[in-house]
Amino acid sequence: MNTNSNVYTVVYSTILVVVVAAVLAFTAISLQPKQNENVKKETITKVLSAAAQADQTITIAEDADVMALYSEMATAAFYVDGYGKIVGEMNLGKENVNDIKVATNADLKKQNDIFKKIADGQNDLLASLELPVYVINVNGKSVTVIPCYGAGLWGPIWGYIAVAEDGRSIYGAVFDHKSETPGLGAKITEDFFQNQFAGKEFGQGSQKFDVVKGGAHGASNGVDAISGATITSQALGRTINTWATYYEPYLKTLEVAETVEE
Amino acid sequence: MADYISLFVKSIFIDNMIFAYFLGMCSYLAVSKNVKTANGLGVAVIAVLLITLPVNYLLNEYILKPGALAWAGFPDLDLSFLSFIFFIAVIAAIVQIVEMVVEKFLPNLYSQLGIFLPLIAVNCAILGGSLFMQERDFANVGEAATYALGSGIGWWLAIVALAAIREKLAYSHVPAPLKGLGITFITVGLMGIAFMTFMGIQL
Amino acid sequence: MANVNLKETFLNPIFKGNPISVLVLGICSSLAVTVQLKGAFVMGLSVIIVTGVSSLICSLLRNTIPNRIRIIVQLVVVAMMVILVDQVLKAYAYSVSKTLSVYIGLIITNCIVMGRIEAFALGNKPFASLLDGLGNGLGYAMILVIVAFFRELLGSGTIFGFQVIPQCLYDLGYANNGLMILPPMALVLLGCVIWIQRAIQKDLQEK
Repeated sequence: MNTNSNVYTVVYSTILVVVVAAVLAFTAISLQPKQNENVKKETITKVLSAAAQADQTITIAEDADVMALYSEMATAAFYVDGYGKIVGEMNLGKENVNDIKVATNADLKKQNDIFKKIADGQNDLLASLELPVYVINVNGKSVTVIPCYGAGLWGPIWGYIAVAEDGRSIYGAVFDHKSETPGLGAKITEDFFQNQFAGKEFGQGSQKFDVVKGGAHGASNGVDAISGATITSQALGRTINTWATYYEPYLKTLEVAETVEE
Repeated sequence: MADYISLFVKSIFIDNMIFAYFLGMCSYLAVSKNVKTANGLGVAVIAVLLITLPVNYLLNEYILKPGALAWAGFPDLDLSFLSFIFFIAVIAAIVQIVEMVVEKFLPNLYSQLGIFLPLIAVNCAILGGSLFMQERDFANVGEAATYALGSGIGWWLAIVALAAIREKLAYSHVPAPLKGLGITFITVGLMGIAFMTFMGIQL
Repeated sequence: MANVNLKETFLNPIFKGNPISVLVLGICSSLAVTVQLKGAFVMGLSVIIVTGVSSLICSLLRNTIPNRIRIIVQLVVVAMMVILVDQVLKAYAYSVSKTLSVYIGLIITNCIVMGRIEAFALGNKPFASLLDGLGNGLGYAMILVIVAFFRELLGSGTIFGFQVIPQCLYDLGYANNGLMILPPMALVLLGCVIWIQRAIQKDLQEK
């Protein structure tokens, strides 16, 4: 058989492409649920480790069964809109841990895109926001965990901030990134940076929070930037500030409730 | 505009393909024995990056990304698992086309660059550029092209600099086991450390 | 080439003909993943699987591949294997696949894979090609693990994430060498590995 004829070459490449495409599509589809579960687990781990900072005695082990832990510790998870109104519930997995629903990065990105439109003047979109809120019970303390997501130096950066019952004080925060420069911007995931957030609080005015170059000098609504990673630090400060602003109406309701109880 | 300049400078110096990510190392080490050929390969890398990256960007944006096929009526389709194969196919095809075009219309340039073009199809810098572009989620084609130009120039700069050093190294007394490859690695390492001084730069 | 010595085929690329330190192939993806042993280990394993299996497949197909589209067929086979590995990693080793990010994809352009297919698999029996692929992957993985071992030990004081340098040493004033974590040190370490190897095997020295 002549393996160099045109017909043979064309037929050969067609069969090859079909076989390869079939194999890949089959693998991709069969592994999809597992991959989605990993993404979900990662989000849950982040939410729990942020919340756990409310109580220094708790740490979330790397290999812990985070799904079970979440269904046990979470007391509520819902979406709020830009006016602080609850617009939807998320499954907590109390009956079956596999039903747990969380907002993944893809969902956060969508919200972030809406923020940009609102900033451009489309104020009516405030009602269409679906901002996730997780309420976690950490040894009797009710901790509200809110996410943030935005553009860093190279790719997206995101994080979860644990807020106290008063809606202003911060228990702690965890961050992650996709492709910041290793050794510089990538340090936002390290403890020395994240630990700065404990004991801070969101500001009252338009400046909710800031990551300050040259040091926050003890300001209650700011932390020190990472030296050498100015752009990532600034981007993170901006991101937290934006998200905190859109969460403010909801967080205010917590503050009010707290005052009434007292 | 400031964004573009900042991205451009950053991709040349701070996130240099060679010194920060080791992309395209094979041909980098193999073709850096003298400045003239190094220059040729460097220019070829810039050209190919500049063509393939925007093409792959559009491909990613309108076919591969989750939800990218919304324009064709499949908003839920996620073909991102096919991106490796698409990217490498685009690169191989474009390199082939560029080679044919250059040979036909610019025979002078072809005699200088021609031998490097086939090498480039399997140069990690090219595929790496596309994969980083996908990961970094650039906002538009302009940014992708700026990134391509910047990282191409960074690569060119790195290979010409190394070739110049290696030309000088030929006259030095290097311990026998380190000769050739060994000392080249260490040189590249030291150049990398030197390049890290750019890291604090803010634009 | 009819009687290829199978043992030789497998062992040669690990030491004497090591793809990284002797043939200078596939360095691109090798160095950035060596900050931690875990990443280097998984990367090495992925490369072993990809080189082994794609060599096997190409060798099985060797008499049917039209010569004109040879390179493209090889690329497609390799890319398919890499995508499979990538998908499996994303499903079963998520955290590692995140640190390896684009470098898994770069296995496609790893010269070792294509080089071995072109030079060996297309002219030899499937079993010999499989061994050749595995051997080359193993040689690659070995260098990766050596470099990663020193970078993690000296840079973070850990091995596979476990603390091995005792706290009392830190109390005495020992500090982790932050330089080791930075990318350029991988090159310097690799230079040293080559130095040692060539000091032992004198016939590899360049004039």
